[in-house]
Amino acid sequence: MKRGLPLSNFFLPAATLWQRELVRFWRQKSRVLGVVASPLVFWLLIGYGSDDLARFYSGALVLTVMFSAIFSTISIIEDRREGFLLSMLVSPAPRTSLVLGKILGSATLAWLQGLIFLCFAPLAGVRIGILELVPVAAVIFLVSFTLTGLGFVIAWKMESTAGFHAIMNLLLVPMWMVSGSLFPMKTAHGWVRAIMWINPLTYSISLLNHVLSLPNAAPGATASLVVTALFGLVLLLASGLMAAQKSTRSAA
Amino acid sequence: MIQVQNLTHRYGARIALSNINFEVKSGEIFGLLGPNGGGKSTLFRILSTMMMPTEGTATIAGSDVVRDPAAVRRAIGVVFQTQSLDKALTVEENLRAQGHLHGLSGATLAERMAYAMERLGLSDRRRDLVDTLSGGLRRRVEIAKALLHRPRVLLMDEASTGLDPAARRDLSRHVESLRQQEGVTILLTTHILEEAGRCDRLILLHQGKIVAQGSPAELRSRIGGDVVILEAEDTETLAAGIWERFRLRPTTLEGRVRVEIENGHRFLAEVVEAFPGAIQSVALHKPTLEDVFVHETGAAIE
Repeated sequence: MKRGLPLSNFFLPAATLWQRELVRFWRQKSRVLGVVASPLVFWLLIGYGSDDLARFYSGALVLTVMFSAIFSTISIIEDRREGFLLSMLVSPAPRTSLVLGKILGSATLAWLQGLIFLCFAPLAGVRIGILELVPVAAVIFLVSFTLTGLGFVIAWKMESTAGFHAIMNLLLVPMWMVSGSLFPMKTAHGWVRAIMWINPLTYSISLLNHVLSLPNAAPGATASLVVTALFGLVLLLASGLMAAQKSTRSAA
Repeated sequence: MIQVQNLTHRYGARIALSNINFEVKSGEIFGLLGPNGGGKSTLFRILSTMMMPTEGTATIAGSDVVRDPAAVRRAIGVVFQTQSLDKALTVEENLRAQGHLHGLSGATLAERMAYAMERLGLSDRRRDLVDTLSGGLRRRVEIAKALLHRPRVLLMDEASTGLDPAARRDLSRHVESLRQQEGVTILLTTHILEEAGRCDRLILLHQGKIVAQGSPAELRSRIGGDVVILEAEDTETLAAGIWERFRLRPTTLEGRVRVEIENGHRFLAEVVEAFPGAIQSVALHKPTLEDVFVHETGAAIE
């Protein structure tokens, strides 16, 4: 049998999965509305209500990205029982390449929706020049990547989507609430502040506030970047290890 | 082409497969027949490398499913019971993605796709979204997809479930010609007797054990003569009466008394005369695979 280069055996499956996510998304454009609309409404209500749109902007943007990441990774559960993931599991493509393709694809979607949300930045008084757009877009991609990785790690071992919803309500949404999205770390009560310290999302929000020159950019820029990047890397490795595991329990 | 040795699988304390041994020769159509929950799906998951067995070994085309799953995955094409297509993509896009998963690209992939679609009569539907296709057509896309990398072995899990009889016949015609023209070895699981009857050889699985194996004809010949089915209100009394009078051990199943006997037509006349009023209806037929299953297990298949 004719076989491609080992390199293409890794990148081709990853690329095809990435592309699949984008094509599916393009064909279900109404998903954009679902993901962007609710954070936008939350943001406008809280922002105008408290007369401080700037303060809640980064949080709302991260929520958009988080919703998108959750929707994309939740599909893993169904897709593995009945869907395209089944044939991936019995294909010779390395599991790590499948994981990379799936996470990059979902992260790209989250990123695109984050960019759509970025169009509302002027309402928060944020002016972004062409040159600033590059670091801003890069940071939004990094945050998209970490949240998708988080979604993947949760979804991979899940038997049902109901379980994912429970985790979303008990872990992901509270995690977002104590990330500086709603109140800054410096005014938070003692134990909440401690949670904020160890919450990786705090660093994502802070990183966004830094690049968008918004208030409440704490911890510092370098710390925020390093923690967010490390979090993403750890999640990617964890996803790869989980997916590559052999088991006497069925993979689907 | 497929060797299974001393295969046992447990889900916790529950034994799903118990000491399974069989061999599938190159170019055979081999069936796993049994009721749902009999162990077929577990065996299928192990052979398709989705799960490791707790004991024993299985090799496909010379590679061990546990030690070298990547080599096994290159050798097998898998058709799942549930859909494994992306409904939001077209037929062509599904096939292309599958080809990429197998490291195929460019001209080779285009040629394989064209061939697979031609082979399964899908060429004119290539640009249709899978979502718009009928159940029978989707099955054919699944098979085309499984064949893209030219596997030596095709594993099919309950592939004809949910299809109407015409689509089912169409499917088995495609399977038969694959074996004949491409020499693909086919292993399929089924609980449909008609489909099992078309296999070269099969094993009957019940409660995780092989209860019989052989060609359909061999299996049927295990039952000498005919099968007589007597419907009665009180099957126990009738069965006891038959034992007393004819020294035959019938099986009783869901309001029926089943007797295996040579020259069944003669027995039929005698038994109706011997128990006037006790029998509501009678039937006589040559043994089917269902009868073999009942003969071996005392249970019904469906």
